[in-house]
Amino acid sequence: MIEVRGLRKSFGGTPAVDGVSFTARDGEITGLLGPNGAGKTTTLRMLYTLMRPDAGSITVDGRDTQSEALAVRRTIGVLPDARGLYKRLTARENIEYFAGLQGLTPGVARTRAAALIATLGMQELAGRRTEGFSQGERLKTAIARALVHGPQNVVLDEPTNGLDVMATRSLREFLRGLRDAGRCVLLSTHLMQEVAALCDRIVIIAHGRVVADGTPDELRARAHEQSLEEAFMTLIGAAADAGDAA
Amino acid sequence: MRTALLVFMKECRESLRDRRVLVNSLLVGPLIGPLLFLVLMRLVVGRELEKADQPLAVVVIGAERAPQLVAALRQMGLEPRPALADPELAVREQRIDLALRIAADFGADWRAGRPAQVELIYDSSRREAAADIERLRGMLDSYSHRNGALRLLARGLAPAIDTPLVIATRDAATPQARGALLFAMLPYMLVLTIFIGGLWLAIDSTAGERERQSLEPLLINPVPRDRILLGKLMATAAFSTASLTLGLLAFLAVAHFMPTEELGMSLALGPHFIAVALPLLAPLALLICIAQILIAAFARSVREAQTYLGLAQLVPVIPSIVLSLLPVKAQLWMYAVPLLGQQLALMRLLRAEPVPPIALALSAIATLLAGVAVFAVTRRVYDSERLAIAA
Repeated sequence: MIEVRGLRKSFGGTPAVDGVSFTARDGEITGLLGPNGAGKTTTLRMLYTLMRPDAGSITVDGRDTQSEALAVRRTIGVLPDARGLYKRLTARENIEYFAGLQGLTPGVARTRAAALIATLGMQELAGRRTEGFSQGERLKTAIARALVHGPQNVVLDEPTNGLDVMATRSLREFLRGLRDAGRCVLLSTHLMQEVAALCDRIVIIAHGRVVADGTPDELRARAHEQSLEEAFMTLIGAAADAGDAA
Repeated sequence: MRTALLVFMKECRESLRDRRVLVNSLLVGPLIGPLLFLVLMRLVVGRELEKADQPLAVVVIGAERAPQLVAALRQMGLEPRPALADPELAVREQRIDLALRIAADFGADWRAGRPAQVELIYDSSRREAAADIERLRGMLDSYSHRNGALRLLARGLAPAIDTPLVIATRDAATPQARGALLFAMLPYMLVLTIFIGGLWLAIDSTAGERERQSLEPLLINPVPRDRILLGKLMATAAFSTASLTLGLLAFLAVAHFMPTEELGMSLALGPHFIAVALPLLAPLALLICIAQILIAAFARSVREAQTYLGLAQLVPVIPSIVLSLLPVKAQLWMYAVPLLGQQLALMRLLRAEPVPPIALALSAIATLLAGVAVFAVTRRVYDSERLAIAA
């Protein structure tokens, strides 16, 4: 479980994240939805301890990200916005390198990597160097690398960026599998269809602030709209008006 | 330490699969110095040797006035060239290097036993002609001296009467010392080898990983960043030291093809040299590698890192230049200055002079301390928030 409370971060005086609070529960897929530049990536970077918040707090399974950064990193698996692989290493070597850095012994690392390779259907890729991999193949490798230590919490920044329809479908299946196994899945996206198809709970962010938080049905009801997309536009528009008024 | 080793192994494995790294670290780096050296030596020394063996072509004006003198000079290696109308002008215009003019009344003076005059026409501002002038002067001196002695003998006097003073010259430079003069640049070549050996890994460790978007995922792992940095430093230093070792061996091999014997000098480029130079330079390799990583960490892209490090490559040449311009006497404290200390010790080694163990120890300790200091600074850069975020 991930709890974010009153999170703030500014760069050179410009607030990027301006008081964000939400909770991502175990056994649910939580979607962080917002337009580009809304502060999603910055929020996630603070969550996976790459940046320190100016104010506010984040706890992961009850551990504070600032005072127990290393312990928190062991309990989360992260697919960051930057997901470059080592192209002169094979997919399996990429995965096993991160397993080692997570503290797994070589034996355990090999078993875990093999299991993930099977789950993600990438047996044929595993022995190949990642140079020349397609977007989908790269993403699978990056996900396997992020989850090799079996983390309870899974954080993904724009996971379907650049994927074709087939790859997107299989990724969604995989994420549902994680949810059904009781994991806490948190993903960010700017795509409406993504949250509609996948998320149990939606947190809408605009201008560094949370403008709505609820299940898809709740959001539709709140915005008095039939489709989620209309609801999204209404809620974001309301936030922009409020921002202008302030 | 386990983490650092893990990073070290991965960096080595990846680099060994990279042709660019292999070519730079293990081929270009070690070979560029020795080959450059061999070519330069052959060029410079070869020309000198050629000159000494070749007949000295000199324009002689009035050769018919002193056939005996010209014949004697010819025996000593002079090749008389036909006279020119205005030898002074020809020398000034650099059409010829030097000319010899035999005075009109040479024959009369010679027969009368008066000093007969010959004129040397040359341009002293032209350094490259200096050797030729010296050679011709030597020929004339020896002819003059020989005939002076004959004349004294003919009058029943001992030729020694003509030489109240004997100047014996002893060049204090041992053959090794003369060689080392030519090899003053060798220490820089070795430092350059260290530099090139670690260059690519240093760039790749931060700027490269950031550019390829793999730094952020790497840093999310639950390991302190200084362990990652240490692993990367170990890998960089390993390649740099490998490059240095190969470079030393290449120098050893190339030394056999150097025309040092012909010049009557010898260089202490043997197994002993390597046995001392390697431990002497290993701390320097560590210092250079961590400095390279620090510089590369500031760069926003690989290209920028290459530019910075290209400029940094010129820093080690400073002690070489300073030492050749201001030939200072080595003081003990100088060994405590990284780069300078190694340079001084290497020069002594090449001259087959012993290097005091205290100087070696001082150099190693001071260089390692400097390395630790740079590591501390780099660690701060690594801990900064903006490190991982691609610009």
